[in-house]
Amino acid sequence: MSRLHVVSGKGGTGKTTVAAALALALATEGRRTLLVEVEGRQGIAQLFETEALPYEERKIAVAPASDSGRRAGGEVHALAIDAERALLDYLQMFYKLGSAGRALKKLGAIDFATTIAPGLRDVLLTGKACEAVRRKDKNGRFVYDAVVMDAPPTGRITRFLNVNDEVAGLAKIGPIHNQAQAVMRVLKSPETAVHLVTLLEEMPVQETADGVEELRAAGIPVGGIVINMTRPALLDNGDLDIAARGARTGVAKALSQAGLGGARRGGLADRLIDPLLEQAREHAERVELERAEHAELTAIGLPTYELELLPEGVDLAGLYHLARDLRKQGPI
Amino acid sequence: MTADNTTLDASAPRLEVDTLLDDPHTRIVVCCGSGGVGKTTTAAALGVRAAERGRRVVVLTIDPARRLAQSMGISELDNVPRQVKGVDESAGGELHAMMLDMKRTFDEIVEGHADADRARAILENPFYQSLSAGFAGTQEYMAMEKLGQLRANDEWDLIIVDTPPSRSALDFLDAPKRLGSFLDGKFIRVLMAPAKVGGRAGMKFLNVGMSMMTGTLSKLMGGQLLRDVQTFVAAMDTMFGGFRTRADATYRLLQAPGTAFLVVAAPERDALREAAYFVERLAAEQMPLAGLVLNRVHGSGASQLSAERALAAAEALTDQRAEDTHADAGTDAGDDTDAPAAARAENNLETGGIVDLDGGKAGSRTAGGPSPAAAEHVTPTSASAAQLAAGLLRLHAERMQVLARERRTRDRFTALHPEVPVAQVAALPGDVHDLAGLRAIGDRLALNLTETDDTDTDD
Repeated sequence: MSRLHVVSGKGGTGKTTVAAALALALATEGRRTLLVEVEGRQGIAQLFETEALPYEERKIAVAPASDSGRRAGGEVHALAIDAERALLDYLQMFYKLGSAGRALKKLGAIDFATTIAPGLRDVLLTGKACEAVRRKDKNGRFVYDAVVMDAPPTGRITRFLNVNDEVAGLAKIGPIHNQAQAVMRVLKSPETAVHLVTLLEEMPVQETADGVEELRAAGIPVGGIVINMTRPALLDNGDLDIAARGARTGVAKALSQAGLGGARRGGLADRLIDPLLEQAREHAERVELERAEHAELTAIGLPTYELELLPEGVDLAGLYHLARDLRKQGPI
Repeated sequence: MTADNTTLDASAPRLEVDTLLDDPHTRIVVCCGSGGVGKTTTAAALGVRAAERGRRVVVLTIDPARRLAQSMGISELDNVPRQVKGVDESAGGELHAMMLDMKRTFDEIVEGHADADRARAILENPFYQSLSAGFAGTQEYMAMEKLGQLRANDEWDLIIVDTPPSRSALDFLDAPKRLGSFLDGKFIRVLMAPAKVGGRAGMKFLNVGMSMMTGTLSKLMGGQLLRDVQTFVAAMDTMFGGFRTRADATYRLLQAPGTAFLVVAAPERDALREAAYFVERLAAEQMPLAGLVLNRVHGSGASQLSAERALAAAEALTDQRAEDTHADAGTDAGDDTDAPAAARAENNLETGGIVDLDGGKAGSRTAGGPSPAAAEHVTPTSASAAQLAAGLLRLHAERMQVLARERRTRDRFTALHPEVPVAQVAALPGDVHDLAGLRAIGDRLALNLTETDDTDTDD
């Protein structure tokens, strides 16, 4: 079973929300999960309605018990990884570079390393997450049962995760080389699963298919596909066929009967019909499109999970709702 | 225009897209915004529209969806603008499009600024190869570099730029500066010191702190990587001045009067939050903001019918059916289901002569039989028509809820930034991947539906 869950997806698909819901869902029966953010957006803090996260692991939520109440919830901790701080910590931890670290910072070396040097930033971010995955307490137990990463979007995910390979190739010896290789060992092991979040729309689905292919080619384990913001089909083509076969008068009468005005030509109910039918056509077109996209996703051959659209947007209650939904769909 | 406006609603000035595109002084349009809001599509649609209105346009895209790129004939990455076929050129305009190849762009800078030997040394340096292949910031820097080049060519009278899908939407503004500050920094001098002065004699010029630093760096990076970086920095040395100048020039170009920034967003909380942030940042950098493009805005041709009333009516129809079924089966209609909610709601409707007028008393009617007025119409209303009508009403209620949510989100933005002109683009049911689709988006951009408008204007 994976312990590092990397959640990616095209921009706008809600990957931060899904990552947060997953961290909650995995925190059952006293389990402890860590939700990490790597892009400095403070999206997690906004979702959990708390102040901005510092560079520090802190408890952010208590996960819900199971619906029956028989299984207790666990804890979700959160961390916003800052590359610069991660580098300084890392230098301190391994090289005791206290003052030299500050001197490097003064020189602009830390800035160089975290913004311009190829890939170092990404090495630091993934490195910190892997460290949390491997960390054990005094009794030799893992501190976190699972680590969930709100990762960069699909277009950059393979490069982001695979950067350590590249860095290990650039720095052929030395601590950076060793660190990069250690991170890669975790990322390519079954301990890791990359989940891709998508909507039932053409571009995100295409990116998901491309992303799965790239990740597989790089030897990084892919977990599941999360189809986010699904909407129920209220009408289908069958209903539209009825409308097309001249049920117009009948519908006008029904609307009128429901108290929406006159059914006569030009009456209020009658005037509602065209716009309502137009909306129905758009809806049916979308449902049709979604079916096709769904089939494409199924064809990828990975487990899929579905999360419905929350009409009022995702607040804290919505997040717990999504977490329960994920749990119901089995282990992810 | 908005000074005395007390309501938040619709107080934003309209963004006149055609005025912006037609103005010969507009030379650069930069589309920015968070991921997944339709930036690339907006940039392409603006390009098609401007070209068909008579301008010579080039669209610089960063990472277009495959089918969109194909539709514009730029599926090959060769870093050169290609003329897009199928555009109506009768007004004297033309559309060119290109997809950024960041490695090629970087290589070209090197080749253009160093003599052949030095250029080869740089291009073969492993550190350079990684840097140019697109790590943090490179794509942003190269996009701005390419923009500078296109502008310098002066071959087009309008350049439309799509910005990279950055980790933060603002990265492309920072990248040139960041590179510049690095190049000016002390660190680079430390890096260059050994390679430049070389040997023990040179070490005398370095103070102890610096030599300790290179020692530390060597320990951290491994001797070979440090050497690669040093060779790279030394080889690039002569080009740095050029880099710096170009980064500064591009930055000034973005502030110049001929440039217009369009912040693109969808009517969703996160996208608009990012948009607000962007608006503030552009102001702080004195970058000229033209307005906000709000994509995928939903409308309804029946917006006079509220979600609540539509739902109540749908329920009434469903209940009516249930009762009919009861009646058919000979069971006693013992429950008190009726259409009171819908009936009550009808008072402010134009009556059309056939509605039940005792709405106020509807709730007190005894359960069971339909009201006399309804009874007249129940007979000819087939069950399937009633079911269909209920479905249409539920769908409409859902649409009205979406509308209300989008409006609230938009109003929150407008309240914060009432000065920003807004263009709202009606949502299309499907994805866009051909010129006709881009043209339709362009029409909707220019039409800029206000909330009183209907959406289905194009059918």
